Parts: sequence; structure tokens; C-alpha cells
Amino acid sequence: MNYEAVIGLEVHVQLKTRSKMFCGCKNEYGASPNTHACPVCLGLPGSLPVPNEEAVRLTILTGMMLGCKIATVCKFDRKNYYYPDMPKNYQISQYDMPLCEGGAVVLDKFAFPKECQKDPEANAKKPIRLVRIHLEEDVAKSFHFEETSGIDFNRAGTPLMEIVSEADIASPAEAFAYLTTLRRILLYGNVSDADMEKGQMRCDVNISVRPVGQKEFGTKCELKNLNSISGVRRALEHEIQRQIEVVSKGGKIVQETRRWDDVAGQTFLMRVKEQAHDYRYFPDPDLLPVRTDSGLSDAAKASLPELPQQKKDRLIRELALSEYQAEVLSSDQPLCAYFEKASIATKNKAGVANFLINDFLATEPDTSSIAIPPEHFSSLADLVGEGKITSSQAKTVFAELVKTNEAPAAIVARLGLQQISDSSQLEKLCDDAIAANPRSVADYKAGKKNAINALKGNVMKATKGQANPAVVDEILAKKLAS
Amino acid sequence: MSLAQETLSSLRKKLSAREIAPEEIVRDLLQRMEKTEPKIKGYLRWDAEDALRQAKEADISKPLGGVPIAIKDNINTRGDGCTCSSKILEGYVAPYDATVITKLREAGAILLGRTNLDEFAMGSSTENSAITTTRNPWDTERIPGGSSGGSAAVVAARSAIAALGSDTGGSIRQPAALCGIVGLKPTYGRVSRYGLIAFASSLDQIGPMTRTVEDAALILQTIAGPDPRENTSKNLPVPDYLSLMRQPLKGLRVGVPKEYFVSGMDREIEKAVRIAVDWYAKNGAEVIEVSLPNAEAAIAVYYIIATAEASANLARFDGVRYGRRAKDVSDAIDLHARTRAEGFGPEVKRRIILGTYVLSSGYYDAYYNRAQKVRRLMRQDFTEAFKKCDVLLTPTSPTPAFKVGEKTQDPVEMYLADIFTTSANLTEVCAISIPCGFSTAGLPIGLQLMGPHFEEEKLLRAAWNYEQAHEWHKQEPKL
Repeated sequence: MNYEAVIGLEVHVQLKTRSKMFCGCKNEYGASPNTHACPVCLGLPGSLPVPNEEAVRLTILTGMMLGCKIATVCKFDRKNYYYPDMPKNYQISQYDMPLCEGGAVVLDKFAFPKECQKDPEANAKKPIRLVRIHLEEDVAKSFHFEETSGIDFNRAGTPLMEIVSEADIASPAEAFAYLTTLRRILLYGNVSDADMEKGQMRCDVNISVRPVGQKEFGTKCELKNLNSISGVRRALEHEIQRQIEVVSKGGKIVQETRRWDDVAGQTFLMRVKEQAHDYRYFPDPDLLPVRTDSGLSDAAKASLPELPQQKKDRLIRELALSEYQAEVLSSDQPLCAYFEKASIATKNKAGVANFLINDFLATEPDTSSIAIPPEHFSSLADLVGEGKITSSQAKTVFAELVKTNEAPAAIVARLGLQQISDSSQLEKLCDDAIAANPRSVADYKAGKKNAINALKGNVMKATKGQANPAVVDEILAKKLAS
Repeated sequence: MSLAQETLSSLRKKLSAREIAPEEIVRDLLQRMEKTEPKIKGYLRWDAEDALRQAKEADISKPLGGVPIAIKDNINTRGDGCTCSSKILEGYVAPYDATVITKLREAGAILLGRTNLDEFAMGSSTENSAITTTRNPWDTERIPGGSSGGSAAVVAARSAIAALGSDTGGSIRQPAALCGIVGLKPTYGRVSRYGLIAFASSLDQIGPMTRTVEDAALILQTIAGPDPRENTSKNLPVPDYLSLMRQPLKGLRVGVPKEYFVSGMDREIEKAVRIAVDWYAKNGAEVIEVSLPNAEAAIAVYYIIATAEASANLARFDGVRYGRRAKDVSDAIDLHARTRAEGFGPEVKRRIILGTYVLSSGYYDAYYNRAQKVRRLMRQDFTEAFKKCDVLLTPTSPTPAFKVGEKTQDPVEMYLADIFTTSANLTEVCAISIPCGFSTAGLPIGLQLMGPHFEEEKLLRAAWNYEQAHEWHKQEPKL
């Protein structure tokens, strides 16, 4: 029997705000423990929360980027449960009136793992529907030492957005593509740095299997401790196999939470889900309902960026880039922004894209701050486009450019790389080459057309590679024909 | 005469005229405390040295400059404990000032003494304090009311000039009535709650407890106003209470809600309040009978909403970050459970359990949700009533002060002590209790005035005019 997987993801995203969700403490990753903690985020008695409008705006912005319906009024609720890293023993969250509902993440072909990009599922532009996006506060972080435990409250109260998908995801590769696409959109909106290793983006997975054709869902398991997008994919591959093995042997899946061990490449049982936890949600009396139509939605709309897919389409349509170039650039927002600056002043836009993708990325994978002035790329592309230097000379110039940040024209002058296209100058050199290589001339005339390359090589050598090969070709052919 | 017997406003006049110095007031108070405290036990602690230091540094030119004020021990004051009269907060030292404390300091007030309360402000007699039982200065066999019983008792006993209390269902007004002083609960959102240890967040308000209406107005003037640290604080300017309060009664419409004069209520209280109603009618006010049809649901609604909120508010007391921590625990759950089992008293536990229950899935709609609906109806009742009148006049408490131990066995009977006061919290209106007579046993009786949202000046005007024509507030308990 054939089985299929049914997967839903809950993604928590730390928002990139200056201060925390309900107090003025800095929202900063990596500070020494408990240095960003005040009475409010420590949950000290008598302290009160005040909502961070910026966090609300970023959540609305995310909802807009994902095509969600934005609530005109939302409220905060208390979610009650005891845990040592939760300062108040209730979490301020949103229960029945989330900020965003509906929407979808459309899976992009290039967001799939490389080896899957030719598969039909990667080309289906499948929308993964969203249930909701709500805003809440993060909890503190526990550390366990040999005999004691410690809690770092720097994270407590950090604004956290929870994005819940429908169970529309059918494979580990789709889950990979979903997270990659979603992450790219979040980066585009500058909503979060969404670094999974830093815990800025965290993912819980619900996964079940069922025989193909069956309508009812199988019993689901929840997977935790997924610290990278590829880890999610590996964990799902393993868990699907595990569940299929159990079911196909006539066994039953027990609803449970399992922990992914990336090193062992296996999931392990954490806890069996007892009856649903009663969180006793109720509206937080310390917080007034938030109206989004009183300026917050407008502010979010004003900060809506061009989304990756829109950007890609535009690069192809307006700048005549190839799909591959457009994809590589649009998948990396800082690189793309750089490209747009670097290509303004030149007609050879594809040339700039090529230098960035083929030459620059090979030497410098970090695109967050590119030291080379963008106009140097346009001049370099112009030099090639206008036939002033050859492509192989351009590579030399580029290597110098990376080292010195010097203007390409200056490099060309300094290295004496100007391409020689002047026919009178080249004609003389061609005559010399013909005179010095009677054998090649004979071969050529005997029909070995390749022999012209030896002559051309001679001219190139004599000009230290500066001769315009196309012009040399033309002159030689003309001379040899006579 | 000791300076401890004087009102805040009279001390302020003398201070401004340089007739007295702040240290003299502090010394007189300390002397008075030594005499009365063994009998009253209204204070949990005080720091004489610190008060004298504050007196030396006090800036008399400020509105409350040089006058000592006692603080209920559920309001955070930097560097001091804040016990809420609970064992669970043993050892907790507040690292910050509540907004009202900041405002009092800025107004030049001297902070002197922390007063007793029912544990976490849950109670109507101060007998739920895990630290000590406060006595009523008019009869030390009796309770002072609660939960701000400590504040009420020390103001009445002349061992404090004035005090801050907090009122969730009557905790300022009921003890004020039972101790023969003035107690004001401002409109919800008028005075910042930041730094007040929460009992029920949608009901709690801090307010002044004083010997005169003018003193209450003076303190309210200082502590009222918007606070960026509180989301539910209202961004409205604070009117000039001291001048508005002096407007004559003429034209003021006093509504008397018929539902508040129920059969079986204490005869002496009913009589004293009726006489006050007549006084208003004879002195320029227009007396109108009004109806608040949902008034009888107040206690039920109150004990659902207040306990629901408290069950979450008190969850943070778990021994992890501050306060008492259970010893020799096996794990985190054991730490939580045992810290709370050892740290909370029986009434607090009862309310946490009740609140947890009404929020539980399957019961939420029947209790919490329904209570919220009735609360909205009650608010409509008040809105309707305030279209017909400017203030509502009712008794504050259904009985005068009862004996220590008299009601501790029956929580429901104790809850009924707040029958006239919880409505103001549920509907978020402002309310004041002022003395309006004495029972034949010599116990104070209070009348309650309730006013529309953010119109405290109407309450103060009605109360001040009454007080000017009466001597009740000048009576001192014999101690």
C-alpha cells in the first residue's frame, strides 16, 4: 500500500523591533544574561504591560505580504500555564481574535532543495494556506548546569509572531520550500532576521500519514527541536518512514511529541500527549483591544516591500535578465538591492548580474555589506559591453577590483589592459604573424581552418592579450584569403 | 494638641506659613504611633529614621511638601518590602517605585509607614492578613473593615495624617465607613495602577484615605493623571478638584437607587443615610429616585471576575524569582506547588481555586463570559442613571464594624459586606465614602456617593458641601 504524508507547520518568528513586546527593554540577541530585564519582563508584582506598536505593525505587514485578512480590532489574552522560564506563569498571546487570518505561502521552484527543482511538485506553484498569524511574547530561556539551572530573561518578552499553516504540506521537500519561501518574505519585509540557529525562527511540525486515497487524517505526532530548514526536511523524512513502518505493520500511531536528534538522525519520544491542556485563556485586563484601522494598517501598507516573486518577474521583464539570474538575485535581498544600484548606469545589466553572480559570489558569499562601490560594477560592465576590454581581461580587472576597490578604468590603465581594436595597428601585427608563421599559413590555405588560431595567438601574445580577438579574426581572414 | 490630630490641609497651611517644620509632624506622629499601635496594629512597619531624614529634605513649596503619608503594603516602594500581608512575599524587596509613589515623592510628601491589609487585598475585615489583625479604633474588639483596614485604622486613630489604599470591590470605602473617615475610589483609569500588586486588574484602583474631603481632593490632585506605563490609564487632563469641590450644591442632582435600600438592612444605617438624603434635598440639591436593575447581581459578578483575574495575577508567585521559596523540593513542579501551598493563606487559595474554576474550559461561558455580559448591563444601568442625576447616594456598608472573628467562619457572609461597593468597581465609576453618623453603640456610619466616569469633582462637591455642614468627621476615637 502507498502512503502519503500530511504536514502542518507552526512557525514562531522573533520580530525585529528595537524594544520588547510590552516594555522598553532592548530586544537584542546575544547580550550577557539578564542584562535586558526590567520589572515588566521579569513579571515583578505590580508591573504592567504596554503593547509595542512597532510589533503590531510588523505583524500586520507580514499578514499583508502573505495575503492575510487583517483584523480591524484585535485583543490580547492570557494563556495560563506554569513553567519556570515564564515570568508571570501566563503568556500574553492572542486567542480568538488574532491579528491576521487566512493567506498563503506560494511555493517557489527555487526554494525547493536543489535536486528537487526539476520535479513536478517544485514547478506546481502550490499555495500552502495559512490558518492565522498572531502576536505574543516570548518566554525566558532555561539553561541546565550540572547541579542547578539558570534562567536568562533577556529573551522574556521579546515580540513573537506565530504563523500557523493548514495541513497542506505533502512532503519534506515542500516543507523545506515553505520555510525557505516564508523566510525570504520575512527578510524582505525586514520583519525578522529569521535565523533559525539563533532561535529567531522556530518551527514545530505536525505530521501524520495515511493511505493514498483515504480522506481522514491519520494520528499526528508533533516534532520539536528543529534548528534548521534542512533539519526540518531530514526530520520529516525520518518521521514519515517511521510512521509508515508502524502503520504498514498493522500498528497504531500514538499522539505524542517527539524530539529530533540531528546528530543521530532520529526522532525520540518526549512525551505522550495527554488530554488537551486547558490554558484557561481569557482577555488580558491589563491591555486594551488594539485598533489597526487607526493608522497601524496604513503604516504597514506604506512599508510593504516589493516581494521576492514580484521582484524576480520585474528583473526578467524590465532588465532582461535570465530566469536563473533573476532567481539568484531576488533570493538575496541585500545582493539584489546592490545589483539595482550597480546596474542603473549601464546598459549592460546582464553583465553586472554576471559579475555579481559568477565572480563576486565566488569570492564573497556574505552579501550583507558589499565594500565595492556599486558604480564600479557598471563601469566594468560598460568596458566589456563597449568592447574596450575582453571578458578574460574583465576577470583580471575584477580580481584587482576586489583587492583595491579601485575604479575599473583606472585598473585597466594601470595594468595597460586597453583592448586594441584599431585596425591599422592590428594589421601590422597580423602581417608580422603571417610572415613569421609560413607553416600555419600553408595549413590554413590547405583547408585547415583551425590554423588561424595559431596566428591569432601570435597577435594576442604580441599585444599581451589586448587585441580585440574579433577584429584580429576579421583581418587575418581577409589577409589569408587574398 | 498633637500635630498628629490635624488634617493634611491644615498642616500644609502651617508649613507654608513656617509655623511648623516637617520634623515636628513626624515626631508627633511617631509618638502617637507608639501610643496607639499596640492596640490598633494598623502598621506592619515603619522607619522612623528614614521618615526624619525625608522630613529634613522635604520641599515645603511642593503641593504635599512635608506631610507624611502612610502606604498600604501592596504598593511598591523602591528599596522597601511589599508584603501584601502574605507569607509568600517574605523577603521581596521592591526594585522600583509605583507611579503613585513617584508622584507623592515629587509632590514633596514624606512616606511614613506601611499599613496592614487582607492578604493580597482579599477580604473585608483585614483578618485575612497573614501578619497581624488590625483593630477598629472606635472599638478594639471590632474589625476596621478591609482590605485597606490598616490605612483606615491609622488615619482614624490619628496615627497617620492620611494614607493610600486600594479598592477592588470596596476596599477603600468600606473600611473608611467603618472607621469614620473619608475614602475615595477614583474612576478606573484615573490613577495609575503601575506598581500596585494586582488583585483584579480590571477593578483595582488606588485612592486616598483621609480625615476630610479636602484632604482627599489634595491627594487625588497629586496622584491622578495618565501614565505611559499603564495601558488602561486614561489620557485625560486632571481638573482642579480643590476649586471645583467648593461649588455650591445648588442644581446638583442626587440620585437615590431604590435597590440599595433593601429590607432587612441595618436600621441605624438606613436612618443615618435617609437623614443625609433629606439634608441634600433641603440644601439646594435635587433628590431623584433612580433604578439600577442589575444591582443585585453585583456580588456574584464580582466574585467571578475578580477571582478569575486573581487566579492569573497570583500565578507569578512561584518561588522562582523572588519572595518565599519552599525548601528541599524535588523538581520545578514541586517548587511551584509547595511554595504556593505554604505561602498563601486560606482565603487567597479559595479565590484562586474559584477563579481557576470559572475560567476552565466547559465552565467559561457559564461563569466568566456570563459575568462579563451582566457587567456590561450594569454599566448601561449606571449610564442611564447618570443621565438623570449627577451623583448616586447609597450606604457604604450594610452594617457598622463587626466583631473580630464574627464572620470568619462564613466566607459568603463576609463577601456581603461589599454588597453596596462592588458595583462602582464593576462599572468603573468613581465613588467616595464619607462619615454620616454613629450607631447607638458609637460606631461610625458612612454614606457612599458614586459619580460618572472621570467626574470626581462632582463627588467631591457633593461630599465637601455635606462635610462643611456636619461635625461627624471631627469626632476622634478615644484610645
